[in-house]
Amino acid sequence: MNNTYGKDLLRFFLLIALQVLLLDHVNLGGYINPNLYVFFILLLPFEVPGWLLLISSFLIGLGVDLFSNSTGLHAAASVFMAYLRPWVIRKAGAPADYEGNLKPGIADMGFRWFLSYAAILILAHHLILALLDSFRFAEAGMIFIRLIVSSSFTLLLVILSEYLFMRRRK
Amino acid sequence: MRYILAFIWRYRFFFLFLVLEVVSVVLIANKSYYQRSVITNATDGFTGGIFTAWSDFTSYFRLKQENERLANENARLWQRLTESQVTNDTLTLNVDDTLRGQQYTYAVARVISNSTTLRNNYIMLNKGKRHGITRDMAVFNPSGIVGTVVSVSDNFCWVMSMLNKHTKVSARIDRLNQMGTIVWNGGSPARGTLLDIPAHVKIKVGDTISTSGFSHIFPEKIMVGTVEKIYVESGEHFYTIDFRYSADLNALQYVYIVKNLLRKEQVDLSNSITDE
Repeated sequence: MNNTYGKDLLRFFLLIALQVLLLDHVNLGGYINPNLYVFFILLLPFEVPGWLLLISSFLIGLGVDLFSNSTGLHAAASVFMAYLRPWVIRKAGAPADYEGNLKPGIADMGFRWFLSYAAILILAHHLILALLDSFRFAEAGMIFIRLIVSSSFTLLLVILSEYLFMRRRK
Repeated sequence: MRYILAFIWRYRFFFLFLVLEVVSVVLIANKSYYQRSVITNATDGFTGGIFTAWSDFTSYFRLKQENERLANENARLWQRLTESQVTNDTLTLNVDDTLRGQQYTYAVARVISNSTTLRNNYIMLNKGKRHGITRDMAVFNPSGIVGTVVSVSDNFCWVMSMLNKHTKVSARIDRLNQMGTIVWNGGSPARGTLLDIPAHVKIKVGDTISTSGFSHIFPEKIMVGTVEKIYVESGEHFYTIDFRYSADLNALQYVYIVKNLLRKEQVDLSNSITDE
């Protein structure tokens, strides 16, 4: 129990720090605001209980909110993403049994599985973020561009970090 | 009752999801940009502490640019001193007039957190109640306008950046004295939009925009930016003017907070009219 979640707990704090100290302040052409912290939600083990999945996602969202003066915004998006996770795993194809200690990453599930799994969830997260942040019909085009660009960039960062950690594991 | 409990237990994943979403949305709704709860006053101390430590570290990398900026500003201020003007002894007269009142005072603050990529951007400064900072104070740097203080804790304050949906600042085209309103429609953090200038006025690309001083917050003549693109939306009688901010809002380090000593008097006077 301790071993399975120790790494996740560490990742929880590291990702919040990385998000609020670096990523939120890096300007990549105006529209792009990658939210790498969702990596935490993606990487929680398959067998994580539902309540823990939802509450830890809520907490990491709230943690990011605390530092960006946007109370509740990231929390709402993260909880929505966590809620969809079990459904997406079922659709993408869950491993037959969890006995092999499989993790929802590229190493265990393959690149294509991880890509579709991460892409759907990141898009859902950024969609809620965009809708709640400030929805105005007049700005629908701008919101759409932000949504696509930021989600793609988050996905890119997630996959890069996934490969970075994988190499170290071997 | 048992059945209801059993039902909730059966769909506990969904109900927990619902509860957490409702909590989040309540948090969002409660935090309008005007009022922030007592809790955030406490959390600002914590987040502010972390941001301060981090910016103590990162600010070293920008010391050179910051020095240059300060030296330039000093040069500009030197030019304004009476010692720098051509004087004719018989014509100059210095009067120490105590009635010549001061309207604005300025405090220096350091930016400890800033964002430009969100739809609603805020900046955290290392000055708060303890330093006499209150809500609705203007913030600018030597290059131009930056934002308005919207909430204050003991040692820190949050500034609503010019890059924010709620930002509305009264400004004018310097050459023509035409007054309008500055807003930000999202998009590039380098550009803003000036509205409400009537379409019969002849504006040119490159005209400078500065604050009008009509808002009781910003002093007059703080640089805002230069006009880049002028057009009239169909069916409108006013220009939509895209301009480039003169301050680089993504590279802020030190800023000035403006206190308007006569603000209360100005606000009271305008309220006495609108009350009727």
